[in-house]
Amino acid sequence: MGRKLLLDKAHIEGIRYYDVYRKNGGYAAAEKALKSMSPDLVTEEVKKSGLRGRGGAGFPTGLKWSFLAKPEGVPRYLVCNADESEPGTFKDRYLMEFLPHLLIEGLLISSFALGANRTYIYIRGEYAWIPDILEEAIREAHKNGWLGKNIQGTGFDLEIYVQRGAGAYICGEETALIESLEGKRGNPRIKPPFPAVKGLWQCPTVVNNVETLAAVVPIINIGGDEYVKIGIGKSTGTKLISACGNINKPGVYEIDMTISVEEFIYSDEYCGGIPNGKRLKACIPGGSSVPILPANLLLKTAKGEPRMMTYESLNDGGFATGSMMGSGGFIVFDEDQCVVRHTLSLARFYHHESCGQCSPCREGTGWMERVLKNIENGKGKMSDIDLLWDIQRKIEGNTICPLGDAAAWPVAAAIRHFRDEFEWHVRNPEEALKRNFGLAHYADPLPVVAAAAV
Amino acid sequence: MAVQFSEEKLNKVKEIIARYPEGKQKSALIPVLHLAQESFGGWLSAETMDYVASLLQLTSIEVYEVATFYSMYNLKPVGKYLFEVCQTGPCMLRGSDDIIAYIREKLNIGVGETTTDGLFTLKTVECLGACGYAPMMQLGKHFREHLTKAKVDEIIAECRREANN
Repeated sequence: MGRKLLLDKAHIEGIRYYDVYRKNGGYAAAEKALKSMSPDLVTEEVKKSGLRGRGGAGFPTGLKWSFLAKPEGVPRYLVCNADESEPGTFKDRYLMEFLPHLLIEGLLISSFALGANRTYIYIRGEYAWIPDILEEAIREAHKNGWLGKNIQGTGFDLEIYVQRGAGAYICGEETALIESLEGKRGNPRIKPPFPAVKGLWQCPTVVNNVETLAAVVPIINIGGDEYVKIGIGKSTGTKLISACGNINKPGVYEIDMTISVEEFIYSDEYCGGIPNGKRLKACIPGGSSVPILPANLLLKTAKGEPRMMTYESLNDGGFATGSMMGSGGFIVFDEDQCVVRHTLSLARFYHHESCGQCSPCREGTGWMERVLKNIENGKGKMSDIDLLWDIQRKIEGNTICPLGDAAAWPVAAAIRHFRDEFEWHVRNPEEALKRNFGLAHYADPLPVVAAAAV
Repeated sequence: MAVQFSEEKLNKVKEIIARYPEGKQKSALIPVLHLAQESFGGWLSAETMDYVASLLQLTSIEVYEVATFYSMYNLKPVGKYLFEVCQTGPCMLRGSDDIIAYIREKLNIGVGETTTDGLFTLKTVECLGACGYAPMMQLGKHFREHLTKAKVDEIIAECRREANN
């Protein structure tokens, strides 16, 4: 059993409510932070913990906090990014639905550290029942003196508000989220200035993911030095993984980052293997934007080492032979799945979600969808595969926000690792309409590449 | 009938505006549009949007540009029950295509269409964050997960029963 810091109490009946949460050690970290630590000391503790942003980018949280500008007389804001929309990702929903007070406590400690007196939870509009749960938790926290004026007699004031979005993947990008929170279209802003200097209403703002802010609670409880001991290297602490696709036990799992990908997929403690005795074909380990890997490269790095569920190991080999931890949205494909069809589905997703500000993304995502549709529907040409490669290359790096990259990478990785599946579709259009390419050689062991060559 | 929030809803609007610093009430636009859509027949007519603009002291275009950006706002009338079925990759791996085809067949409508009795509209949507419980759809405020053909039958029957009561 791995160590659990976030979901350790998720099974307790009634943990959603204040009394039960408090009785089980809830708000002890808030008490410790507000009563015995200075805001700088809290930030220092988060820095020591090595906590990295759990939304997808993996940027060190303490460092992000230290960038926050603190001009006299200007309000500062903390915004909790609960816009969880990356396909394959549903972990924040779980936290908010079942452990709302853990998030509220994390927000309280983090707001205290940042000197924010007004904090917003921006939640995707489709999670329409969750604001009620969060607002109930906020009411309870108020009633028990953890929100409002002069919290627990410390002189610190805080109000937390829940804001619902209305259906836009792009609002998970922090500057688009801020625009949306200001009542506008979710068009990402050009950076700099960064939100840490000019964010919400042009005031210094920190935007952090739900899981990141919840993780601040155990960090304060056990201390940064203790937290940093969990995991491997720069992958410290625990991470929520939302597992889906063709597995026996889809769901949200908390892992301490010490287990292998193989163990995660096949162990009964986690995904429980693949249904109906089918074999593993491929996996997108960190949400739809990160590169898909065939089974062989997923389970072992190009150096022949077992791939681990850590930021570094998932990225081992870069994009040539590796992928990313991303948001922890773990999507598993069995041998019957068609990579072309799935890539088309993702291309359609990014086309739908592009905000339309930058031409490479606005036009390119539409072209990729149409070309992929042709290949999938038996109307593809061999040159279309190169055309796709060319389009994705021209999107990547040429847009204001990372949605362009996020749209380009899945197409690039699918062609990089599954080019023969694409070619088979072009060569056998009739057959491709009736059956899938299957597992082919994607699970065969690969020749080990010497470490120096990678 | 002129578009007008009830007293209770107007108080809700005030409560929403109070969440933001003074003068930042434009931030209330997205929540108030949700409230308007719920209150005025499940969609946003030009009249509704103009009303929201006047409430928040915005120009109409500020409301239109937001309403047209976000996928949850319906800009034309929809049925009493809106089936929003996820079709993105992870749901696709678990058979969402079959579910969509089955709903089309059962209700005899295409994607984006409404049944002639005005009861059902079928929409396909992109990832709703329920990938582990796929295939799924949103129905009103809630998600319906682990969909099978039998479950779809049940949901349709449940809606029909409710509509007849």
